[in-house]
Amino acid sequence: MLKEIRPAVVSFLVLSLVTGVAYPLAVTGIAQAVFPEQANGSVIMQNGKAVGSALIGQSFSDPRYFWGRPSATGPMPYNAAASGGSNLGPANPALLEAVKGRVQALREADPGNTAPVPVDLVTASASGLDPHISPAAAEYQAPRVARLRHLPAETVRALVARHTEDRQFGLLGEPRVNVLELNLALDALP
Amino acid sequence: MTANGLLQIGLFLAALFLLAKPLGGYMARVYEGNPPAFARWLSPMENLFYRLCGVNPEEEMRWTRYAMATLWFSLLGMVAVYAMQRLQGMLPLNPQGFGAVTPDSAFNTAISFVTNTNWQGYAGESTLSYLTQMAALAVQNFFSAATGMAVLIALIRGFARHTVDTIGNFWVDMTRSTVYILLPLSFLLALVLVSQGVVQNFASYKTVETVETIRYDNPKLDAAGQPIKDAAGNPVTEKAATKEQTLPMGPVASQEAIKELGTNGGGFFNANSSHPFENPTPLTNFLEILAIFLIPGALCHTFGRMVGDTRQGWAILAAMTLVFLGLLAVAEVSETAGNPALAALGVDQAVSATQSGGNMEGKETRFGVVNSALFATVTTSTSCGAVNSMHDSFTPLGGLVPLVNIQLGEVIYGGVGSGLYAMLIYAVIAVFIAGLMIGRTPEYLGKKIEAFDIKMASLTILIPPLLILCGTAAAVMVDAGRAGVANPGAHGFSEILYAFSSAAGNNGSAFAGLSANTPFYNTALGIAMWIGRFWLIVPVLALAGSLAAKKRIPAGAGTMPTHTPLFVMLLIGTVILVGALTFVPALGLGPIVEHLAMVGAH
Repeated sequence: MLKEIRPAVVSFLVLSLVTGVAYPLAVTGIAQAVFPEQANGSVIMQNGKAVGSALIGQSFSDPRYFWGRPSATGPMPYNAAASGGSNLGPANPALLEAVKGRVQALREADPGNTAPVPVDLVTASASGLDPHISPAAAEYQAPRVARLRHLPAETVRALVARHTEDRQFGLLGEPRVNVLELNLALDALP
Repeated sequence: MTANGLLQIGLFLAALFLLAKPLGGYMARVYEGNPPAFARWLSPMENLFYRLCGVNPEEEMRWTRYAMATLWFSLLGMVAVYAMQRLQGMLPLNPQGFGAVTPDSAFNTAISFVTNTNWQGYAGESTLSYLTQMAALAVQNFFSAATGMAVLIALIRGFARHTVDTIGNFWVDMTRSTVYILLPLSFLLALVLVSQGVVQNFASYKTVETVETIRYDNPKLDAAGQPIKDAAGNPVTEKAATKEQTLPMGPVASQEAIKELGTNGGGFFNANSSHPFENPTPLTNFLEILAIFLIPGALCHTFGRMVGDTRQGWAILAAMTLVFLGLLAVAEVSETAGNPALAALGVDQAVSATQSGGNMEGKETRFGVVNSALFATVTTSTSCGAVNSMHDSFTPLGGLVPLVNIQLGEVIYGGVGSGLYAMLIYAVIAVFIAGLMIGRTPEYLGKKIEAFDIKMASLTILIPPLLILCGTAAAVMVDAGRAGVANPGAHGFSEILYAFSSAAGNNGSAFAGLSANTPFYNTALGIAMWIGRFWLIVPVLALAGSLAAKKRIPAGAGTMPTHTPLFVMLLIGTVILVGALTFVPALGLGPIVEHLAMVGAH
């Protein structure tokens, strides 16, 4: 039984170097050469300043912006250094309270809008960093944003349409709207 | 289910079956020491390993020595992973300056990654240095997967050979799994993942300026860094505001690829494959799900090839696929139906062209309900345990599916190697039951199944339920166990049941509301993971040794063929019967009663 110790130790060391050092270094080398933007976090630059990542959502609570998914990260929402979901069970009173509060906040920000609220707008995402909302959730908010920004409704709708991604290859995943990119585009309107 | 949802699932299965045959055939050639021409450039690397390790690749081992090698290799891995976590503060590639991991968490994580469980008691982005992630955890992602594959190949040899006392050489099987299969596939997958936005660098975390100022309540900390609580036990907070967001970085793609291919499942980040830097697009999601099933599915064909009758492999694959589809349907339907409690609050959960609808708590918009339920079913059919949605927030029946999947022993495709060896054990039990019914000595693949073989098979089938049920029972009886529960009522019980199922089944996913990073859970689950892995591997290898020593008996008129639809159904029946008889009472106390309460209330 002791004669297996040498192969155990040596193969552990050698294969560790291959899989734990050489492999990640090789992938990093190629990634940095071929896909530098993606490999470094898909950062959005504006006037030479990093304003976010195209893949990581940000918290929006001003009614003049489109709001994203609720985020369960702590201590602040969309804390990218501490990802995670709420882990609230479907029958947990805390979940129902939270959803009720979010529906109320949306209604208060947009009195008169009595349409049912799209579910993704009042439920916390898995990562707490979801960069997207559904097109339905964007549609729901478009009249509010247009009114508060004194913009024609069509302008905002057109902007939403421009930032709506279809399923990948028309097939995979779900259609979605990137909230940060949409809000940056709103701010860039003349 | 929409037409598009069915199409996405169909496409996934089509891709899996198209790849199973070529990859399965390739792996059979690799393990037989005869890799095809396009992979021979790797042979010098393989031979160099043998020379350095002093291994003679021609020298074969009896099962006892094979088991000893497996255990030494795993033990060494455990010590190394533990040591690196404890010492990471002094080691390089730690741009965030993380200190040593606590002893109980390091113990748990070391076992977790060596046993291919990859249970995450810690949050990666706020705990582990890049060096710990890539040179301790990702290394074990390779090694634990390669170990599972080696043990499977040894068992297959037990069936394929006759009247010999050896079952192969562990060092050779493990090295070949790593060099010819896991490394090249991971390399390719990692690059595709990067192209979609999975990060891969060694930079420190990036700070960006957010569009809005974020106001929040910050918990006050005392001098020791513990949250201060008021008289009622609630944390004391102060108002705070920030206009910054910290983006985590690291060598993620290289780890993500092997995490799925090796059915490991330990995420670089706390949110695992729901994190946009681990799984940014629907394409990466598709590839990650495919990568989880790829090797376990293809190994069925490797099995068929190595025992000289490919129909045997396809029969096993058919049985796995049928059970998978049944469970997937339950998960998809329950999650699409949504949460009846939310409907009353004026929330629109209907599926439409502009929203996925359904139960979206704990799910990502880009995946929606269809791909979340699919991922959850895939990751628990195998021993992967990566998640792209939070299982704790699934509807009761939607959450029942991952739980049942794990409790069935992860034999529906299963972990790389470990899934198929467990399924072959079920096949042995199935022919044994059939033999009892007609009063004949059972045979499988020309091998007579005798008392010793059934004892070993029974051990591997009985140990996980013992760990799960006793562990759950113990945890709900002690304060330390109950303290971790996050959700009230039956759901809280499900959290504990899920934790022990996941640990004993070496899965690693969780009803993650459970606060498991405590000395009690770190220790109890660590022990469950260790026993759940190695107390199974040893009997499996003993069975392999026993089978290899037997004579091969030619099939006669009374031999039950094991490649027919009849056998497929018998195998499915055995898996479900054993699982159901063991776990229905426990499931009744958790998800089933929760479902009934939910339906009754609305």
